[in-house]
Amino acid sequence: MAYSEDDLKQDLVDQEYEFGFTTDVDSEKIPKGLTEETVRIISSKKEEPEWLLDYRLKAFRVFQGMTEPDWAHVTYEKPSLQDIVFYSAPKPKKELASLDEVDPEILKTMERLGISLEEQKKLTGVAVDFVMDSVSVATSFKEKLGELGIIFCSFSEAVKDHPELVKKYLGTVVPSSDNYYAALNSAVFSDGSFCYIPKGTKCPMELSTYFRINESGTGQFERTLLIADKGSYVSYLEGCTAPQRDENQLHAAVVELIALDEAEIKYSTVQNWYPGDKDGVGGVFNFVTKRGVCQQNAKISWTQVETGSAITWKYPSCILKGDNSVGEFYSVAVTNNHQMADTGTKMLHIGKNTKSTIISKGISAGNSHNSYRGLVRIGKGADNSRNFSQCDSLLMTDTCGAHTYPYIECENSTAQLEHEATTSKIGEDQKFYCLQRGIGEEKAISLIVNGYAKEVLNKLPMEFAVEAQKLLEISLEGSVG
Amino acid sequence: MLKVKNLHASVGDKEILKGLDIEVKAGEIHAVMGPNGSGKSTLSAVLAGRDEYEVTAGEVDYLGKELLELNPEERSWEGIFLAFQYPVEIPGVSNINFLKTAINERRKYFEQEPIAAKDFLKMVKEKSTLVELSDKLKNRSVNVGFSGGEKKRNEIFQMAMLEPKLSILDETDSGLDIDALRIVAHGVNTLKSKDNATIVITHYQRLLDYIIPDFVHVLYDGRIIKTGGKELALELEEKGYDWLTKAKA
Repeated sequence: MAYSEDDLKQDLVDQEYEFGFTTDVDSEKIPKGLTEETVRIISSKKEEPEWLLDYRLKAFRVFQGMTEPDWAHVTYEKPSLQDIVFYSAPKPKKELASLDEVDPEILKTMERLGISLEEQKKLTGVAVDFVMDSVSVATSFKEKLGELGIIFCSFSEAVKDHPELVKKYLGTVVPSSDNYYAALNSAVFSDGSFCYIPKGTKCPMELSTYFRINESGTGQFERTLLIADKGSYVSYLEGCTAPQRDENQLHAAVVELIALDEAEIKYSTVQNWYPGDKDGVGGVFNFVTKRGVCQQNAKISWTQVETGSAITWKYPSCILKGDNSVGEFYSVAVTNNHQMADTGTKMLHIGKNTKSTIISKGISAGNSHNSYRGLVRIGKGADNSRNFSQCDSLLMTDTCGAHTYPYIECENSTAQLEHEATTSKIGEDQKFYCLQRGIGEEKAISLIVNGYAKEVLNKLPMEFAVEAQKLLEISLEGSVG
Repeated sequence: MLKVKNLHASVGDKEILKGLDIEVKAGEIHAVMGPNGSGKSTLSAVLAGRDEYEVTAGEVDYLGKELLELNPEERSWEGIFLAFQYPVEIPGVSNINFLKTAINERRKYFEQEPIAAKDFLKMVKEKSTLVELSDKLKNRSVNVGFSGGEKKRNEIFQMAMLEPKLSILDETDSGLDIDALRIVAHGVNTLKSKDNATIVITHYQRLLDYIIPDFVHVLYDGRIIKTGGKELALELEEKGYDWLTKAKA
């Protein structure tokens, strides 16, 4: 029999995350709960300087006066902060002797994502043979970056080795008082990444947190600070298309980007955290604050492919402070089963002749809810500013939801704003057209969905784009049996 | 090649085909004509295997196979091609990628290796000339931003690429200006061989000036009420359908 919409619906329900929670993290922990003492312990465990402890404490005091926001179109049981262990020094995971010890399902997925054997070993924590080069590749990368004066290290290292830069920029884009989760992160952040690109330097390779994966496991409260000095360029990749397993339920990261005059930052994310099971049990809460500031003629471009997490709450934004600066936001968000995503961006136009582009593509399946929430604000002084927004939603079932909340605030009459939005159901006509040409159901859906998301996928760096495309295909492949 | 016997089909609880018979042999071109609502598009949809149509009775033998037992994609792999009356847009999927996927899916069905890039491009070049399809259109998303005529030419281009045994052209002439009509017809005529067959579904005789049918059938109220040679089309053009349908009523 022909495959019907009903079958698809059933299969979407039946699709389960293949990866589960199996990581044994061996770590040094402190007692549960959050008090001022917790903040002090974290800071002292990390041997931080006084100014950073002060920063954390200030944030903690602000945090104490705040309440968890509830305006997002997501519902969940609020995590109890007193049940969370706020510091656990990541100890190296148990090394496995060979790939034979790794869950074959994970390996299969990685193979299909086109991840090389070496990378597979690294990602699954298999000891890398010294003759193999992934370690040396990473080292030689670092040497090469060092020659150019590019700093790329963990946040903790940066605090020790480059305190002046950290001190100068930390919290300048996302102040600790910004929002509940940003304040929490500022008080208790575990670690993260730091990157500095010197004046006039074009970073010769895509920087990826991935290179550091063995050096510092991803923390629960990650902090990223990226500074592109005048006239520099960097493309930064965060996350990985490989399934991310994590035992932490609550993730509250803060990412700050600083693009000084004429600088350009391209920041790409692929997020594939555990989304919970088909009944909506478990899964990661991903509450992220990402924001960048552009000085004169600078450009920041955010690209994200979000397929994971039970709850996503994320608005990578741009403050277009300098004249002629440019902000871009390209997003594909896929939700399935009981996943909920409320994601979008804020483009704050302050400088003259500033330009922003927003392309958001939501794909909802199962019983999930997928919301776009965006703000475009044109300030009084932002003469001749322009924004183009396009928010599309694709529905795979009758039981999912797509929502769009675009906010526009304009205080300058010379600005030009355009907003386009579409909602479509994956078309019977499109499907039948593909079938008639001999393209089977599964392939047809992946073709249609990838076509739908293409504008965004094209913005990803090449190798990432191919993986992301396969990731969409795989997540949808399960969805059609 | 195709033997349709006593075919009944409905949409919802409305019966549209009410005992249709038609036989098509290799090397032939058949025209199916008829007034609005007579069941022409239903016939093409049922032959291609569209879900919404329920076959309630009848048999369709296609090259010795029970056609109605096959999925739409299997019918395609076995050589059935439907040129759509309203070709569908697929944003973000290039025409070329679409066709390559289609060809490779069929090759997979026949346990063949994917087509070599060189061979594929050669084929694209050759077949697109046939319907004067520009490079720009080949690389654009499937039917997105195509004019009516371009869409129809694209259908014939796809037909040429997929090399079907039985092609069904559903109102391919609708919305075409005379130049586009000529190009489309040229494509169809060039592709004609002793091994394949074509069913041309149309309202008007006009297309049949360019694609000369061996047989003309008149479809009315879900049945073929008259079959003749190409001169029947001319007669219809002159007299309309009334003289036939009235006789029937």
